Amino acid sequence: MERRRSTASSKSASGPAASAADRETLVGLYRTMRRIRSAELRLAELFAGGEVPGFIHLSIGQEAVAAGVMAALQPADTIASNHRGHGHCLARGVDLTGLFAEIMGRDTGLCRGRGGSMHVADMRIGMLGANGIVGAGIPLAVGSALAHQVRGNDGVAVVFFGDGALAEGVLHESLNLASLWKLPLLLVCENNGWSEFSPAEQQFSAKPLELAAAFGVAGEQVDGNDVVAVLDAAMRLRAQVAGEGPRMLECITDRVRGHYEGDPQRYRAGTTRELTDPLDACRRRLRAARVTAAAIDTIDAQVEQEVSAAVDTARAGAHPKFAEAAADVYSRSA
Amino acid sequence: MPELRYGKAIGQALHDAMSADRNVVLFGEDIAGAGGSFGVTRGLLETFGPQRVRDTPISEATILSAAVGAALSGLKPVVEIMFMDFITLGMDALVNQAAKARFMFGGQTSVPMVLRTPHGGGLAAGPQHSQCLEGWLAHVPGLKVVCPATVADAYGLMRAAIDDPDPVIFIEHKALYAHKGELADPPAAVPIGRAAIARPGRDLTIVTWGAALHEALAAAGQLAERGIEPEIIDLRSLQPWDEGAVLDSLKRTHRLVVFHEAVTAYGPGAEIAARLGEIGFDELDAPILRVGAPFMPVPFAPSLENAYRPQADDLIAAVERVLA
Repeated sequence: MERRRSTASSKSASGPAASAADRETLVGLYRTMRRIRSAELRLAELFAGGEVPGFIHLSIGQEAVAAGVMAALQPADTIASNHRGHGHCLARGVDLTGLFAEIMGRDTGLCRGRGGSMHVADMRIGMLGANGIVGAGIPLAVGSALAHQVRGNDGVAVVFFGDGALAEGVLHESLNLASLWKLPLLLVCENNGWSEFSPAEQQFSAKPLELAAAFGVAGEQVDGNDVVAVLDAAMRLRAQVAGEGPRMLECITDRVRGHYEGDPQRYRAGTTRELTDPLDACRRRLRAARVTAAAIDTIDAQVEQEVSAAVDTARAGAHPKFAEAAADVYSRSA
Repeated sequence: MPELRYGKAIGQALHDAMSADRNVVLFGEDIAGAGGSFGVTRGLLETFGPQRVRDTPISEATILSAAVGAALSGLKPVVEIMFMDFITLGMDALVNQAAKARFMFGGQTSVPMVLRTPHGGGLAAGPQHSQCLEGWLAHVPGLKVVCPATVADAYGLMRAAIDDPDPVIFIEHKALYAHKGELADPPAAVPIGRAAIARPGRDLTIVTWGAALHEALAAAGQLAERGIEPEIIDLRSLQPWDEGAVLDSLKRTHRLVVFHEAVTAYGPGAEIAARLGEIGFDELDAPILRVGAPFMPVPFAPSLENAYRPQADDLIAAVERVLA
């Protein structure tokens, strides 16, 4: 997991002068994004080849949000994710092999093959789980933020949700409660413009930040495909969240491969957002920071190798035993 | 033994659990300043302060989901939903989140939360404030459901629920809050999943829980005058439930009536009757009967509600049928 050091220089070779991303940080962010991209492209192949059961939702095109926000967080922080959560998990630092094994339904998976793509979790690093219910992570994160506040542990809770979740009632309840109690909660809206198969403007009549502001929750909108912009905003907002209460970060991004893998995206004709690919944008920043093309290619190759090794190990993992799963519904039987 | 009211016993259990573990926190609608709609949490804000005893806005979905998130993050929340009917607004938290987190995350975690909520009629509270929905929750793998009928069980099961690592639905009954009973000092532990013989008998077994227990005891008094001695099993926990205790009793009496306030159709009695039909068929000298509410909403007018709620007379009629 790449986490930006709090002592990192604020000098940046490109982008706004106030940016916190130095060269080393930038390389780390790129590696994280590359890992998400490579892992998800591999998942798409495995899915097409029948090695990934069920269905998967890929975050290709949204990697900068996961990488940038996670780099601004601390070890005590907790994260609630959503159905498009592979990137959040990887950016937070879940084991790559454990992730593949989970999504491939193996006993060696992070959740022993019981959850799958939509339920990847790793409590050891505060990853409270992806979630199959749109918006459900938001009030969960409210509760986690409450735990941080009551226990006084300096952690904050972070929730990632798409623009589709804006219409869920629990967001509105959660904004209200988090604001009333000044909970340490960072709400990250990944605005990719699509609620499943419908354009955002046909689904939600308010603006996310204006909605938040109505509850006294301040926030920022950033180019969600610029990882440095995301990191800088997340750093600012995390600091505010820890002292003053909830904030919202709206990241404008794009959902490149549709709602689910295999989505023909017929609804999308003529309405594509013209956004720069976040990895290309980061590459340009790296080049401007005098990281050589060869060095970047080396990162790509290393990540590819990592992913291949993870897939091979995951594939060799044992399948879960039904009796063990059936015996584990409760922690303690009567 | 000191005598106290059912509602006070629950409050006492909360107090004692909060004294023992600072991770126990309470939140819900008007539970802090006002002490709860039925006064169960009165005084706890003053004792434990506003960090640990909190009034929420009227946001049932978020109350329940926040309890799950808090439980995943080191707290042991005990939350109140003011009337059981209102759990409809928070079913995602209960059914999709709380119940499944342990299982679907591969046993990495548990969800040590308690939901307190009152069910049942008798207060002319109408169709949306009187339902007995325990069967819905007992149907969901991952949830535990308890339903105490006595002061001692209210205390003991609340302590057990808070100590339990899994999510427990603690169902109170509005008509029982003022019910008085004795609580031993120190109070007895009451494990989840264990039934109690509320009245020993030989002629038939009556399985019941919650406020219906007291109707059943009243019916038993009347039956005893006619020389009929029912054995009354207070199930106390609905998920998991003590089928062994029911089977043992059936082996003595060979007749079984399930008596509850919930709607009969698809109700908890159906599960109990079916299960005993499977494991106790050879013991049965008569068909198993269920006595519950009719398949209609709980009506408001006291005359209608009286006719709706299963009472001692309905139970006696069923007893006569299984003994015929």
